[in-house]
Amino acid sequence: MTTKRRLKPLDFGAEPMKIELGPSHPATHGITRFAIELDGEVVVKMEAEIGYLHRGFEKEAEATNYIKIMPYTDRLNYVSPLINNVGYALTVEKLFGVEAPPRAQFARVIMCEISRITDHLTCNGATAMEIGAMTVFLWFLKVREYLWECVEEVTGARLTTNWARIGGNANDLPDGFLPMLEDRLQKVEAVLLEGEALILKNRIFIDRVKDVGILSKERAIEHAFTGPMLRACGVPYDVRRADPYLVYDQLDFEIPVGTVGDCFDRFLVRQEEIRQSISIIRQASDKLPPGDFHCRDRRVWMPDKYEVFNSIEGLIDHFKIVMDGPQPPPGEAYQAVEGGNGELGFYIVSDGSGQPLKCRVRPPCFNFVAAMGEMTVGHYLADIVPIFGSINMIGGELER
Amino acid sequence: MDAILEILVNPAVQAILKIAVIVMGFVMLTGTVLTLMERKWMSAVQDRLGPNRANVGRFTGHGILHIAADGLKSIFKEDTIPEGADRVIFTIAPFFALFASIVIWAIIPFAAPIGGFTFQITDVDIGILLVLAVTSMGVYGAVLAGWCSNNKFAMLGATRATAQMLSYEIFLGLSLVGVFMVNGSVTVSTLVENQNTYWFDGLIPKWGVFTQPLAFVLFFTAMLAEMKRLPFDAPEGESEIIAGYFLEYSGMRWSTFMLAEYLAIVGTAGLTVTLFFGGYHIPWLFADGFHLFGWILELPVWLVALLQIGAFITKTIFFCWLVIILRWTIPRFRFDQIMELGWKKMLPLALANVMVTALVLLAIDHWQAG
Repeated sequence: MTTKRRLKPLDFGAEPMKIELGPSHPATHGITRFAIELDGEVVVKMEAEIGYLHRGFEKEAEATNYIKIMPYTDRLNYVSPLINNVGYALTVEKLFGVEAPPRAQFARVIMCEISRITDHLTCNGATAMEIGAMTVFLWFLKVREYLWECVEEVTGARLTTNWARIGGNANDLPDGFLPMLEDRLQKVEAVLLEGEALILKNRIFIDRVKDVGILSKERAIEHAFTGPMLRACGVPYDVRRADPYLVYDQLDFEIPVGTVGDCFDRFLVRQEEIRQSISIIRQASDKLPPGDFHCRDRRVWMPDKYEVFNSIEGLIDHFKIVMDGPQPPPGEAYQAVEGGNGELGFYIVSDGSGQPLKCRVRPPCFNFVAAMGEMTVGHYLADIVPIFGSINMIGGELER
Repeated sequence: MDAILEILVNPAVQAILKIAVIVMGFVMLTGTVLTLMERKWMSAVQDRLGPNRANVGRFTGHGILHIAADGLKSIFKEDTIPEGADRVIFTIAPFFALFASIVIWAIIPFAAPIGGFTFQITDVDIGILLVLAVTSMGVYGAVLAGWCSNNKFAMLGATRATAQMLSYEIFLGLSLVGVFMVNGSVTVSTLVENQNTYWFDGLIPKWGVFTQPLAFVLFFTAMLAEMKRLPFDAPEGESEIIAGYFLEYSGMRWSTFMLAEYLAIVGTAGLTVTLFFGGYHIPWLFADGFHLFGWILELPVWLVALLQIGAFITKTIFFCWLVIILRWTIPRFRFDQIMELGWKKMLPLALANVMVTALVLLAIDHWQAG
């Protein structure tokens, strides 16, 4: 219908109307505020104001030992908490120079990919819902619930997983988990097709998202976009491929890219990534090696109870971990993982004590929200909704 | 006894009784039940159960009590009027919306007349034109509510509502012109009776949807837009302007808007049935019984009337269902896309429909004249 449409304000000589979207507004899920100036219905200026969900994660981390930071990371990106867990654990492992055993790494890959699926399902579902396709949203949430039941099976919680540990995982994958997961994945695949059948051939949906919120490849790189947002612009950058962590180099997957960088491309890229994640989970389940689910490094993992009760070294190591927490050597480490939204980086500086000297999170959606103004100016007020939906802002991650 | 009969045959008394029965007994009831049924039907689409928790003791009735619960809740809620709002207009605006959705029923017949008694509140000569006039009144509810609320979101909603309803009004009228031309009348009783005539020796009824298929599509679309249902609910646009023109309303006044919306669904369904789906007619059912292939099944007059009322209500409820299911199947248009659809696609189509209908009628006249 309309192509490459960026409207110029009409020359009426009238003052633009200022309205505030948010902080509590149905479109600004995850609390944020947009100060918008409207000319008729056309956005002439838009500023995003963030900080309503700031909880001081980074400062809190400086007063907490390395093990106790783990539950806080659940609350960063609360639709894919396991990726945060794993990202943080990998960073601290880098500081220590330890590595989780292969079984733990494969298990982490499986859980991370489940989280990525839930993340993308939420984002795409919410985008569809805000355009009015409520049914698709609820179908996607239905299968997300199936996957969260899998997560609950492993971690004991749907959302506050707190599952990864420094040097391993809290527990092994339980018996019968992989068949259950396979069953659920098939349901996800079926519902993906159902949802796509309802909207991807629907002219109304396509008109609402196509050519809306375009950001060029160059501007996206200048804004330091990562993840699906960048890939939708046509840049095949994925941390799992560019800087492989865990065992992603042993797994075979494709990186879907878009062409234009509009909301429709972002939607399609996320849909395809869900399929790729399903394939990754299947490969990882096949390759899952036997063995331990944690390392035996005494600096980070408590010795077995037998050793604690029967040897002086065991007792001392147990005591040190309980009282001081693991103490990495002085130094700094940055580890990025591919979160649901893009490059989720943890940067930790250690002074050799049990608490980080500085902990910093690189939230992927910070850059997206920063570019909101650029993406929305010249569009209609109603276009803010799919654009904001497509950037998948997660308040917990953005404002920490 | 004679005195009572004398009062009953008085047309004014009859009209009042009919208003009471039709508006209270059918329209209000259906509209209220629809508020629950929409949630139930939508839940069925979305793989969930829907509301089922309101209860009296252990009785929940699968959610039937939610109707009462909703009503009670909105009566007891605080009815706020925002500072800076125009109190008078703010108070009366919901009733404009309600008025428009109810008055439609003045002209819709429920069954064929028996003797001098019609199952229709009034059969005015201007007929369907009254509907066009009254649905235009509906826009006042939205405009006044949005304008006087002293809220920018409400005003955006009101401007959207005005533009949308005025644009769609035009081809709503044009789509009906075809129907008027085919029937040569605008009186509702004539329109409905003509739909009980048949092609091919009493085989296929001349329902409006067969004589004017395009007009039906245009009319139904326009009515969807008139009552601001998805995909045309940009004036309410819950995701960007929250609730649009009735954003500042609360309590019973808010419920009035919601009720008006559901009554509009029932009204639209009733109109669509009357104009395009044979009204109260069951195919091949005449005043004395069924006639098909020369085979006749005679029925008493009262049974025919009951069957007709039943048929009308069934058809109406089917269209209510269709409107609701549409909402949960397709996404929402953006506001400019609604305008584009209306002016660039629907309006030319409506004009073309009038043109083609005129040519066909002319051709038939020529052919019959020999």
